[in-house]
Amino acid sequence: MISRRKVFGLGAAGVAAAGAGVLAARGLPSDTQATPEAHTQAAFPFYGDHQAGIVTPAQDRLHFVAFDVTTTDRADLMELLQEWTAAAARLTQGREAGALGATGGSREAAPHDTGEALGLPASGLTLTIGFGPSLFDDRFGLADRKPQALADLPKFPGETLTPEISGGDICVQACAHDPQVAVHAIRNLARIGFGRVSVRYSQLGFGRTSSTSRAQATPRNLMGFKDGTNNLKLEDADLLREQLWAAPGDGAAWMAGGSYLVTRKIRMTVETWDRTSLREQEEIFGRDKGEGAPVGKKNEFDEVDLTAMRPDAHVRLAHPSAHGNAHLLRRGYNYVDGSDGLGRLDAGLFFIAYQRDPRRQFVPIQMSLAKIDPLNEYIRHVSSGLFACPPGVVDAGDYWGRTLFA
Amino acid sequence: MSVITRLAIGALALAALTSCAAETPAPGGTAAAQKPGKVEVVANDTACDVGVTQIAAGTSTFAITNGGSKVTEFYVYAPGDRVMAEVENIVPGLTRELIAELPAGTYETACKPGMVGKGIRNALTVTGEHKPLTADAALADATASYKRYIKSQSDTLLVKTQEFVDAVKAGEIDEAKTLFPIARTYWERIEPVAEIFGDLDPAIDAREADLADGEEWTGYHKIEKDLWITKDISQDGPIADKLIADVTTIVEKSNAAELTPLNLANGAKELLDEVATGKITGEEDIWSHTDLWDFAANLAGSKAAVQSLRPVLEERDPALVATLDEKFAAAETELGAHQKGDGWRLHNELSKDELKRLSDVINALAEPISKIAPLVAQ
Repeated sequence: MISRRKVFGLGAAGVAAAGAGVLAARGLPSDTQATPEAHTQAAFPFYGDHQAGIVTPAQDRLHFVAFDVTTTDRADLMELLQEWTAAAARLTQGREAGALGATGGSREAAPHDTGEALGLPASGLTLTIGFGPSLFDDRFGLADRKPQALADLPKFPGETLTPEISGGDICVQACAHDPQVAVHAIRNLARIGFGRVSVRYSQLGFGRTSSTSRAQATPRNLMGFKDGTNNLKLEDADLLREQLWAAPGDGAAWMAGGSYLVTRKIRMTVETWDRTSLREQEEIFGRDKGEGAPVGKKNEFDEVDLTAMRPDAHVRLAHPSAHGNAHLLRRGYNYVDGSDGLGRLDAGLFFIAYQRDPRRQFVPIQMSLAKIDPLNEYIRHVSSGLFACPPGVVDAGDYWGRTLFA
Repeated sequence: MSVITRLAIGALALAALTSCAAETPAPGGTAAAQKPGKVEVVANDTACDVGVTQIAAGTSTFAITNGGSKVTEFYVYAPGDRVMAEVENIVPGLTRELIAELPAGTYETACKPGMVGKGIRNALTVTGEHKPLTADAALADATASYKRYIKSQSDTLLVKTQEFVDAVKAGEIDEAKTLFPIARTYWERIEPVAEIFGDLDPAIDAREADLADGEEWTGYHKIEKDLWITKDISQDGPIADKLIADVTTIVEKSNAAELTPLNLANGAKELLDEVATGKITGEEDIWSHTDLWDFAANLAGSKAAVQSLRPVLEERDPALVATLDEKFAAAETELGAHQKGDGWRLHNELSKDELKRLSDVINALAEPISKIAPLVAQ
């Protein structure tokens, strides 16, 4: 067996001692900042109370996939989740998908691992699983386990959703600093799943649009603006408890320590946006383009003065104070799916947001944006996904979704 | 070389064993297990009367008379629908004979009026002394079993391609269009063997998109385009002559070919790869849209190769056999939904959703099939 693992020795050891996911992720940046290269190569711990890939400092690349479950056998599905968990535990540590790897098996056998990540480090890969509302129908006896927070999203004004790239029984979010590593992970999970699940859609994201740690600089979306300045960050322990993680008393006990994921593929007509004056662009967002400072302020992280903005400014409409202090943890990605045949880039934002309860967080925020946000002239929501991401896998005897099937 | 040598020895051992079994009297008490000279099978569109339910191990001859109105086929299946012997293309009014070598065990016979579906089944018990095969003999038996399949398919391929060629040369466009997917069925079932003979396969089966600039285009698909698009086959006589000549050559070569168990395993996988890349997408029969005939044929050919290996697989990985049975059944059910009369719906009549479900069952089947090769190479 070839190990493509270049274990980030000290960091990983320190992290293992620290134990839980959040602490571990938190521990990494300070350990890794000594060399920038080590930072993008390191492995995040797979085991922990929460799944990695949520508060983990947002990696640069995304490969997101949604599956339809094709088996109707509950035991088959549980077995798949166990196989996936074992593979994910290996992949996130920079190892190959199967024990025999890409070259260690019989020469007459198809290799256990597809091989394109040989020689590549773990690259910060995280794999995060979520269960969609459709999984809780009558196929697997899960109907009475469906969390109320997983209620279908309402129809938002102006959205033109394509069913084929929306929904899904199960999603897996792969984030990594190397796109090849993220694609490799999803490809191997899809392969393991053949006969039990079928890929419904998948989405590549080439650049993160959010920071989930104060150690990270705020990146820009394809409109050229800093995105996620006011995001929930892993350092905000109290807010995370209040806004991000499902608690035992929230309704579905199996989701305690988990989080709810909303995805929206948001196509941008960047060509018309690019012809818009700087003044209008900045007024629409409520921040200046260069610095990211809110209207009337100098620096990005200066406190926002909502009254200084136009009433329909994007920042103002989405601000927690407008929605009973509702926050989201966003970790979306820019995408370009080639061009659309009309001479335009097929580009936009694959929006990803984690939260404790979409009914109190994403839904009211998006409803106000969908109604009057002037950005709507330049964007269109073309897909939607909603998933219950269970708590973390605590050790090698545990598996993705164990609490759901218990 | 060593594999071939071992196989040859295995085949000899098997032959000795079989003839020995054939001469051994049936154990006392099984009076019905006598050795008849010929088993009469009376087939029609709704019945398949096999004269006996029990025969002695060894060589038996079945004589199948088709009294119905549809063309029929006759099969002897071992468990899991492993084809032990079969005869195809028994036209109404005709009697055809089938010689089968059957060791002791339980079997099913089947008539397939219209040449579709599971057919009309009857149980057949074969009794007599039967020693378990050694590993090498089991592998030799697998290739021998698959070679019987190649023989039966290629015999009919020749007949049906000749009919197709005759129709084309006679300018019978409608008749030729009807025969096109039927002739191809026998081709698509055994294509991995044909592909061993690299230069003939393109001459017979190249699609227009496969050609390089200036390359001559011959074979089934050239005539397909003329039948469906230009609607002019008046110049296709030489193409038709070349097609039957090439098919004749490839049939001879295929039947003479030395096959290894690995050929069978890889052939089973390649046939499903064919489905995944060419038939699901509708690229195989881009003019006639008869891709589902080819799909069904690839699936049947893949199953025949796998079932030939079944005794070996049952020995080495019974769980895999159970998985393969389940996945083949799922694929057949999904495809079966698109049956239309004695044939299939056209590719362009299927929705994207229906095609995706077909793609899913093929993916589900092809992954376990890819695990066969290392097992038989052990």
